[in-house]
Amino acid sequence: MLASVRNAICMLLALTVLVGVVYPLAITGISILIFPKQSRGSIVQRDGSTVGSELIGQWFTSHRYFWGRPSATSPDPYTSYDEKSGGASAGSNLAASNPDFIAAVKKRAADAAVSNPAAKEPVPVDLATASGSGLDPHISIAAAKYQIARVAAARGLPETTIAAIVDRIAEGRQWGVFGEPRVNVLALNLALDESAGKNGK
Amino acid sequence: MDALQFIIYCAALLLCVKPLGAYMARVFDGGAGTAARVFGPAERAIHRVCGIDPAREMGWREYAVSLIIFNSIGALLVYFITRLQGLLPLNPRGLSAPSPDLSFNVAVSFVTNTNWQSYGGESTMSYFTQMTALAVQNFLSAGTGIAVAVALARGLSREKSASIGNFWNDLVKSVLYILLPLSAVLAVVLVWQGVVQNFDDYKSATPLDAGAASRQVLPMGPAAAQIAIKQLGTNGGGYFNVNSAHPFENPTPVSNFLEMLSILLIPAAFCYTFGALVRDKRQGWAILAAMFLLFIFPALLCWWSEQNVNAHLSKCGVATDAGPLSCGGNMEGKEVRFGIVNSTLWAAATTAASNGSVNSMHDSFTPLGGLVPMWMMMLGEVAFGGVGSGLYGMFIFILVAVFLAGLMVGRTPDYLEKEIGPFEMKMAAIVILVPAMLVLVGTAISCVAPDGLAAISNPRPGAHGFSQILYAFTSAANNNGSAFGGVSANTPYYNYALGICMFFGRFAVIVPVLAIAGSLAAKKKTPRNSGTVSTHTPLFIILLASTVIIVGALTFFPALALGPIVEHLQLIGAAGK
Repeated sequence: MLASVRNAICMLLALTVLVGVVYPLAITGISILIFPKQSRGSIVQRDGSTVGSELIGQWFTSHRYFWGRPSATSPDPYTSYDEKSGGASAGSNLAASNPDFIAAVKKRAADAAVSNPAAKEPVPVDLATASGSGLDPHISIAAAKYQIARVAAARGLPETTIAAIVDRIAEGRQWGVFGEPRVNVLALNLALDESAGKNGK
Repeated sequence: MDALQFIIYCAALLLCVKPLGAYMARVFDGGAGTAARVFGPAERAIHRVCGIDPAREMGWREYAVSLIIFNSIGALLVYFITRLQGLLPLNPRGLSAPSPDLSFNVAVSFVTNTNWQSYGGESTMSYFTQMTALAVQNFLSAGTGIAVAVALARGLSREKSASIGNFWNDLVKSVLYILLPLSAVLAVVLVWQGVVQNFDDYKSATPLDAGAASRQVLPMGPAAAQIAIKQLGTNGGGYFNVNSAHPFENPTPVSNFLEMLSILLIPAAFCYTFGALVRDKRQGWAILAAMFLLFIFPALLCWWSEQNVNAHLSKCGVATDAGPLSCGGNMEGKEVRFGIVNSTLWAAATTAASNGSVNSMHDSFTPLGGLVPMWMMMLGEVAFGGVGSGLYGMFIFILVAVFLAGLMVGRTPDYLEKEIGPFEMKMAAIVILVPAMLVLVGTAISCVAPDGLAAISNPRPGAHGFSQILYAFTSAANNNGSAFGGVSANTPYYNYALGICMFFGRFAVIVPVLAIAGSLAAKKKTPRNSGTVSTHTPLFIILLASTVIIVGALTFFPALALGPIVEHLQLIGAAGK
């Protein structure tokens, strides 16, 4: 029995050093060497300052920008970490049958219709439902098209110009098969600002 | 295109079974070949440092005692590392120690391969804790599961033997030859796709739309290394709060495919390993076929429900039809890059295995969609199941199936030429009854205790609140770890109650399985004759799958009727008005 305890402690420490220290350090070294950008968070810089990460969604409310999906993080939408409240990535975890959920979807659909008066079709579902992470960087192509008229009006540009940028940023299925076609909202909005800069606006 | 993704997943999984399964069999059956040259030196060094003779055989009791001592000390180490987190290094955010009840829960959770989490990783655990406590137990709990399954295979292949192998040898081989190399490869591939792996402080960013948000803090850490073993070891404990829904944990459809494949990879391949170890590969294929049958239909039901049961959403003026520009469906709690098919396939896979990682929020699934993960866990996680534990769990159902078949034809039941006696059946009954009892009694108590009811986050409708509690105990007692995540389980009541369920759900299963292994090893083989029930035929595969379903349904149907089934009827009833 005592020998088993000694063996167990020794084995635990040996394996902890191997898989708890050597392994993560080795993976970190290799990662930073081969994939320096990805391993450190795929950070996006603009004019020398950090705008965010390519992979993490942001909250947009200005009519000049495309909006991402509703987010259930606290204290604010798209909070990826908040020191004071301990806020972090989160879904709403509302049940499909919960009356609060139905009410929230109704309100989002109504708000979207008000903000996008030119859009005649029903709101794409991803714009009326909160994402799993609260940090979803993407919207569906339908959700981007739904907002083109609003963004074009706010920027005083023809819809075709905005639509062309959406088409350029939109991604198909990865490797032609995996996942869903989608638009990265931050990338799209950065492209909008960039094209505005080129046009001297 | 959605169906194609589903088919590619199943095909890729089945294609990996033979090569990986054959390799794992070689690891435990002497000739690991090239791998022995690569990992052999480290293996011998570990045994030398610990003064262990890996060739010394153990009886089942010594095997079980070593296993439990090892896991108990592992739990103590996790407890103390989390409690002392504030004093330890690699803690850039200065995160303080979790409460004693949370630390207890985490320790039991990670040691039992459950990885139930009533905390959010990025706001609770330091890099040091994640690496040296949590990631380590991801490896060791998976290695423990493999060791038990290998010992069981030895019990079946040996004759008149008093021993079933050496626990330390099996553990070290599992970690060194199987889990570590697979994890290292997967981790680097995940970083390529965008999973973070660094020791930087959290990064502060100034978002584009200053009117909406002035600052965004991006959490960092050595995530990829841990996420790889979390998926491969059927652990499931997320580095970040929302697990593999987090873009830093699962950034792209390709990372999602690989993480999802990793969930079932080792459990599926282990069927082949088992067949090879017991010298009858047809047995391994038969088990795999039964597991696949149990997996595929619920997975399709979950997908169908999330895609189609949406009248309540379309009534709100929302477009839920699938088309080339949008996947439609119930997108609450799901990520656009995965869509409906990858979210539901993951939900079925993670609960078929004892993984429990999520890439969407099961709590927000439609009622039938949410029923599927609960059902998969209630079957005892034998449709592939956990690393090692799925195989030994399924073996228990094989005993029940041959017992039933024996009753029908009036013969003493046997499996692989070993007679199955009263002792084996008693142990099998314990294995089936203990988790079921923990689930039902735990749920019942929590539905009347104020501390139990306080955790419900969806009080309306009541059926869903009940489901939240039922899901929590089902997940804990079967060592899954996924949740109807709204449930507020970070309270002393739930941390202790679920911790106890996880402990007994793990070790009250492992010890009887080892006892069976020891008992079978001691028996001599009785040659087959014309009356022997074949255990590799389609007939037996269907009998086995039916046995699993019948036991699960008889035990849990009443509870499911009160939860997701009633909720489904309420939902479609209300939407039809």
